Amino acid sequence: MKIIQTDLLCVGAGLAGERVAIEAADNGFSVICLSIVPARRSHSSAAQGGMQAALGNSAMGEGDSPDVHFADTVKGSDWGCDQEVARLFVDAAPIAMRQMAFWGVPWNRVVPGEQTYYKGGKPFTAFEKPENEGLIHSRNFGGTAKWRTCYTSDGTGHCVLYTLDNRAAQMGVSVIDKVEAIALIHDGDTCMGVIARCLKTGELTAYLAKATLIATGGFGRIYRESTNAVICDGGGLITALDTGVVPLGNMEAVQFHPTGIVPTDILVTEGCRGDGGTLLDKNEYRFMPDYEPDKAELASRDVVSRRMTEHMRKGLGVPSPYGDHLWLDIRHLGEAHIRTKLREVDEICQSFLGVDPVYQLIPVRPTQHYSMGGVRTNKDGAAYGLKGLFSAGESACWDMHGFNRLGGNSLAETVVAGMIIGGKIVEFLKGSETVIKTASVRDAMDKQNARIADLVACKNGSENPYTVRNAMFDSIMKGAGIFRNGKDLETCVAELQEILGRARRVGLRSNGKGANPELTMALKIEGMVKLALCVAYGALKRTESRGAHTREDFPERNDRDWLTRTLATWADGADLPTLNYEPATHVFEMPPGDRGYGGGKIIPMNG
Amino acid sequence: MGRTLTFNIFRYNPSDPASSPHMDKFTLDETERMTLFIALNRIREEIDPTLMFDFCCRAGICGACAMVINGRPGLACHTKTKEMPAEITLMPLPVFKLVGDLSVDTGTWFRGMYQKVESWVHTDKKFDPKAQEERMDNALAEQIYELDRCIECGCCVGACGTALMREDFLGAVALNRLARFILDPRDQRTEKDYFDIVGTDEGIFGCMGLLACEDVCPKQIPLQEQLGKLRRKMALAAVKNILPKFLKKDF
Ligand SMILES: Cc1cc2nc3c(=O)[nH]c(=O)nc-3n(C[C@H](O)[C@H](O)[C@H](O)COP(=O)(O)OP(=O)(O)OC[C@H]3O[C@@H](n4cnc5c(N)ncnc54)[C@H](O)[C@@H]3O)c2cc1C
Ligand code: SF4
Ligand code: SF4
Ligand code: FES
Repeated sequence: MKIIQTDLLCVGAGLAGERVAIEAADNGFSVICLSIVPARRSHSSAAQGGMQAALGNSAMGEGDSPDVHFADTVKGSDWGCDQEVARLFVDAAPIAMRQMAFWGVPWNRVVPGEQTYYKGGKPFTAFEKPENEGLIHSRNFGGTAKWRTCYTSDGTGHCVLYTLDNRAAQMGVSVIDKVEAIALIHDGDTCMGVIARCLKTGELTAYLAKATLIATGGFGRIYRESTNAVICDGGGLITALDTGVVPLGNMEAVQFHPTGIVPTDILVTEGCRGDGGTLLDKNEYRFMPDYEPDKAELASRDVVSRRMTEHMRKGLGVPSPYGDHLWLDIRHLGEAHIRTKLREVDEICQSFLGVDPVYQLIPVRPTQHYSMGGVRTNKDGAAYGLKGLFSAGESACWDMHGFNRLGGNSLAETVVAGMIIGGKIVEFLKGSETVIKTASVRDAMDKQNARIADLVACKNGSENPYTVRNAMFDSIMKGAGIFRNGKDLETCVAELQEILGRARRVGLRSNGKGANPELTMALKIEGMVKLALCVAYGALKRTESRGAHTREDFPERNDRDWLTRTLATWADGADLPTLNYEPATHVFEMPPGDRGYGGGKIIPMNG
Repeated sequence: MGRTLTFNIFRYNPSDPASSPHMDKFTLDETERMTLFIALNRIREEIDPTLMFDFCCRAGICGACAMVINGRPGLACHTKTKEMPAEITLMPLPVFKLVGDLSVDTGTWFRGMYQKVESWVHTDKKFDPKAQEERMDNALAEQIYELDRCIECGCCVGACGTALMREDFLGAVALNRLARFILDPRDQRTEKDYFDIVGTDEGIFGCMGLLACEDVCPKQIPLQEQLGKLRRKMALAAVKNILPKFLKKDF
């Protein structure tokens, strides 16, 4: 058996994983990061918009402070977040951004004097103070009182990830790519590392560590339509759930974005609608004003996504080989505007669709975008249930996002959490010795070897893993998409339970040798269906609407009964998760109130 | 539409003793707005589950899907079948180690590259969490970003004659990376430090200047301009007697 040992093992080398790794390496510990793809291809690189921190350098950010950022974050979460964590986050965010600058991120900077900016397609001017020249600039993002999103042109995630990966290389962090963690090594009490499969050779290795971090990003790929990279399939979360003792928090909280392009679900920016783009149905009829007379296309992300779905359910979507969609029309904005102010959209349409948005309609549909749920941790980033296990980034439910994450707050979370949780892991590493039990390592390895042998031999059956996955896609999109209701969720849960049975009977058509992609899928599919069940079952039980979780049959946000966080664990052999609940927050810096957007009634806490 | 597409795909699984390098033929009915991302996934899911290839972002951002498409290195995710002939030949990128079929190991190559050029800010300053950020001119920040846009897809390396011939050649991508740090005032390395890294045949003087790299770069990074600047800068550095040993060399 191949064994590799280290102090800290980061499963994931996106922004969260690498930021934690750097903190530990900086303190003299040995660190290994595992990643399915070269670190720089991690999904963090796809974020173009930017990251929030209350620096208050720009004219439109003047008067910003961590307190204002805190209020925006808690409101954004629809009071579902842990307020202690939100406070830690907003206070540390400015330091994290400055540190990124120190390490080499080419942030856009303040240019003094009168500057032209755009809002709602209209130009306006603002005066940037000469004394702020050269400080980090910020742009506007939805749901915030001040402009606070730090950015590097249209490549924020890319630049920040490259800078962190450079820093990791400098600090001697060892990044091993094309490796996939498939199980945690533990004894029900302490985590001792992972069993990972090499995606170049198929070989299994036991990585042993005093501390293990899950930083595997989102699990959007349990949905067919997702803006996420194809590797965002919840692998890290599955290893946690499979322990039976580590709970996943708020899995039912899934964010959708209105305008993913069809067929590949690449995101086109909200700026299209902001600048005056409209949504049309199969008759090229503009339907949004019928549903939202005031705001029409400019209602918030979740509202527009819901209305689009509702309209398609009436049979008014445009049929295509990839399923129904709607049209986004920006033709009336004109060539000059589209080729300059919406350059990125123009490029996406031309490169991926062969559509010229100056003359043609853009096919779009609401698309899964962000997973608020994940491995439940405390404010130090330590997972519930196992000693020595931590989580950070999108894979974690550290819980500063509650039921709805604000644009720009996720990228910022990765590095801020990385800094804070990295520090806590350093304390942990200094303070304790982990005893690695050879029996636990051998058991974990034997179990994975046996699983692979069974899949190759079709011992449990010969269901095709891709067919099973497609069945899961159909079921979850129908039942636990943007709109939810008791009846559809019940159907969805029942269907997914049946699909779980099939997932347990998959077998390979091929021999499974080397980097075999069919085996990769087969090893993961049961876990993916379990994640889908955590989402659907959690959504069925949560009889209220909060943030991105919308129950048509329970339209109120119910603070009296549901100011709680769902915790889902999975007992060995069960075909449903066990759900428990804890208070959403122990500390109230800001008592529950109205978000100020999105509408909806609230049942008060002591109502 | 209505075309039937034929894909000729290079096949070899080095981990399977029974496998030997050959080409396989697959056919698919073309659908509207089809890209190679869609086509390859359909082939894998409907016809041959063993087909190895890499995609990640499928949005032209991560660089995972570079391969040789009808003889030319490019990103498969933003290649539309509509713009291709009905017969499409796909090969893995050369230079990089083959993982299997169309999948290559770019990670190891690029890690080696950035260790060689020490692709990080060299400074003796210490970060002070209480201090305001150091100021930078916005135009300069944007210039650095221009060079930072490289997605390490490897197309330029795969297209480069020198890289094919000599394994130790750093390639346009490395020289561009270095140019990025030369531009960055936070990096305190001197001309001599840079010269030590690239003032050789492995570096700037191995380049034949035939531009294949820039032609295939999906991010349209001005590689040629950077190569030119670097060549002049390094030649100057040599003349300025920074490295007398180098002056003896003929270039
Ligand atoms: C299109 C798009 C645009 C976005 N734009 C913004 C934005 O402008 N601002 C913002 O704040 N947020 C944005 N987000 C969200 C944000 O980008 C992500 O939430 C964030 O980057 C997640 O970072 P991470 O480090 O947690 O995970 P990732 O960057 O996804 O990294 C996950 C890592 O885990 C590895 N991994 C996964 N599974 C395994 C396994 N089983 N074994 C080993 N390794 C594994 C992967 O290889 C990878 O290295 C955007 C998201 C999308 C989809
Ligand atoms: S110009 Fe230089 S780096 Fe570019 S392809 Fe030619 S030899 Fe290679
Ligand atoms: S320079 Fe261009 S072609 Fe070369 S790796 Fe970077 S993005 Fe790819
Ligand atoms: S898959 Fe990311 S660039 Fe093609």
